[in-house]
Amino acid sequence: MATTTFREAFRAGLREALAADDRVFLMGEDVGRYGGCFAVSQGLLEEFGERRVRDTPLSESAFVGAGIGAALGGARPVVEIMTVNFSLLALDQILNNAATLRHMSGGQLGVPLVIRVPTGPGRQLAAQHSHTLEGIYAHIPGLRVLTPATLADARGMLAPALADPDPVLVFEQIALYGTSGELPDDAGPVDISRAAVRRPGTDVTLVAYGGSLAPTEAAAEQLATDGVSAEVVDLRVLRPLDEATVLASVARTHRLVVVDNAWRSGSPSAEIAARVAEHALYELDAPIERVCGVEVPLPYPHHLEEAALPGVADVVAAARRAVG
Amino acid sequence: MTDPKDALALHTAMTRIRRFEERCVELYSAGDIRGFMHLCIGEEAVAVGVTAALGADDAVVSTYREHGHALARGIPMEALFAEMFGRTTGCSGGRGGSMHLFDAARRFYGGNAIVAGGIPLAVGLALADSYTARPQVTACLFGDGAFAEGEFHESLNLAALWGLPVVLCCENNRYAMGTSLARSHAQTDLALRAASYGVRSWAVDGMDAPAVRDAVRLAVDTARAGGGPCFLELRTYRFRAHSMYDADRYRERSEIAGWQEHDPLGALVADLDPDDVAAAEAAIAEEIDAAVAAAQAAPREPVADLTRHVLAER
Ligand SMILES: Cc1ncc(C[n+]2csc(CCOP(=O)(O)OP(=O)(O)O)c2C)c(N)n1
Repeated sequence: MATTTFREAFRAGLREALAADDRVFLMGEDVGRYGGCFAVSQGLLEEFGERRVRDTPLSESAFVGAGIGAALGGARPVVEIMTVNFSLLALDQILNNAATLRHMSGGQLGVPLVIRVPTGPGRQLAAQHSHTLEGIYAHIPGLRVLTPATLADARGMLAPALADPDPVLVFEQIALYGTSGELPDDAGPVDISRAAVRRPGTDVTLVAYGGSLAPTEAAAEQLATDGVSAEVVDLRVLRPLDEATVLASVARTHRLVVVDNAWRSGSPSAEIAARVAEHALYELDAPIERVCGVEVPLPYPHHLEEAALPGVADVVAAARRAVG
Repeated sequence: MTDPKDALALHTAMTRIRRFEERCVELYSAGDIRGFMHLCIGEEAVAVGVTAALGADDAVVSTYREHGHALARGIPMEALFAEMFGRTTGCSGGRGGSMHLFDAARRFYGGNAIVAGGIPLAVGLALADSYTARPQVTACLFGDGAFAEGEFHESLNLAALWGLPVVLCCENNRYAMGTSLARSHAQTDLALRAASYGVRSWAVDGMDAPAVRDAVRLAVDTARAGGGPCFLELRTYRFRAHSMYDADRYRERSEIAGWQEHDPLGALVADLDPDDVAAAEAAIAEEIDAAVAAAQAAPREPVADLTRHVLAER
């Protein structure tokens, strides 16, 4: 066991990928000389050189599109988009090319590309830097969408993502980068197809992902001291969604609370609630509860930013309502 | 030579911006200002020169590095501090912070933190003026980094095609975060490239406030007279890091020092009466103290109002 941060865990994954396969290169705005906007790629330029760690001009559509082309041409690019709000400038390339080429070409062309996207709220960066837009990508068939929320996932998702024959988006929580914890010395690749039960429980299922996992685990802890046994399911993969793990948990607990930093309307929480209603309605002993981001562009002031996001108390209250 | 009264006015306006931002650094360290904050210290001649060439009815579109533009445009200091403190009296009601300063009455349209995101808006504001035959002009400020984005090129083409009254002011401070001009542009003569769209384009010493003002005035007059868009490459430099989070490891100290010898404040001060300069400094210090105190006393918005301003209130 060693103490490490999410930032270091992501960097370790990148370093290992670059060392393991010469086809892998990292590309994006300020990933090289600057060391990465959030210092994730610090030192990699010095270690691997400009051929492998490439600074790009500000041109998200062009360099993401170039990543798609490079993947078609046999390279294994890891493209970083500085934050999720800016990924929308490349959404056309991601949706209309990366996600659809395999289908349009009748299975002839795959795009084995990894796109890393720092994401999420928590640092008072206001409405053009803080949103949780992973659900937009989860809407698109042809993509795999990953949301690492633990150190092991931060460390271990890149290698299987690079081995995937299709485009994979990895959404890294900005608010977690500096958070530290214990990571086993032999931490390696993780499963990127399944959700994970982070905490077993019998009274209520709490489903979360990415930035909503930490408050959900804290809520489960608090509920336990009051004698409520909450099971925490971390989705980890927003597409293709592992609904079986969620349904199995609901079959055990018969109560469901979905926690999601994204806006409620059309969010991943809506998808989970719909799937459970479709496939496990008669397992439920209480209405499904959703604790979501308030439907407002994120405000700058600290107290309003906090109020716009699901907090521990909101999750606890929802779980209490569910267990009656 | 600039006329002394004129020089004093420009120098005072630039000093006001510099002292304002120096106070912002203190307030940031104290935790009163949060989030991303980008300073324009070193680039004051652009802010003052561009805004001095505009009329009150003209529009300004800016970026996240807009404290100087906002101050020079006439947004009261207290409203700017209050915005950065997240108070209701802020120029954006506290919802935007340092990167999102807006003032509809002064036709100050942000405050845009998506690089190049404001450029199409500026073209559209100019389209509205042209559409309704109003004699107004829109000035758009953006960086050399933004020049690399497709949105810049798409916008310039559209503005040229339709002959729109927009003045594109590229604040070329030679860096986009840690990426230098030479590492992000295949052809670093930006005015030359803009000219290829058939748009009148020229480069100006962006450390020289009178020169910036005169160049922008010429461009504004051209646009107002129906001559279509102009592109100005204002060559300047930021003395500070990109933002409060930037360790500034990508440039040589000697390069910064070399540019500091062309400090836009220093360039004018030689011709000024030291007593006038001292009097201006004293007035600015007083203005800042009063503005900070008033902003600090202003109320925070109640959480009950969280969902305001999503759609128009009716
Ligand atoms: C579309 C987009 N991509 C990336 C960023 C992150 N970012 C913020 S400022 C900046 C540098 C912009 O440089 P430039 O346009 O030259 O303006 P300057 O900061 O030098 O004033 C970058 C990369 C962003 N805000 N928007």
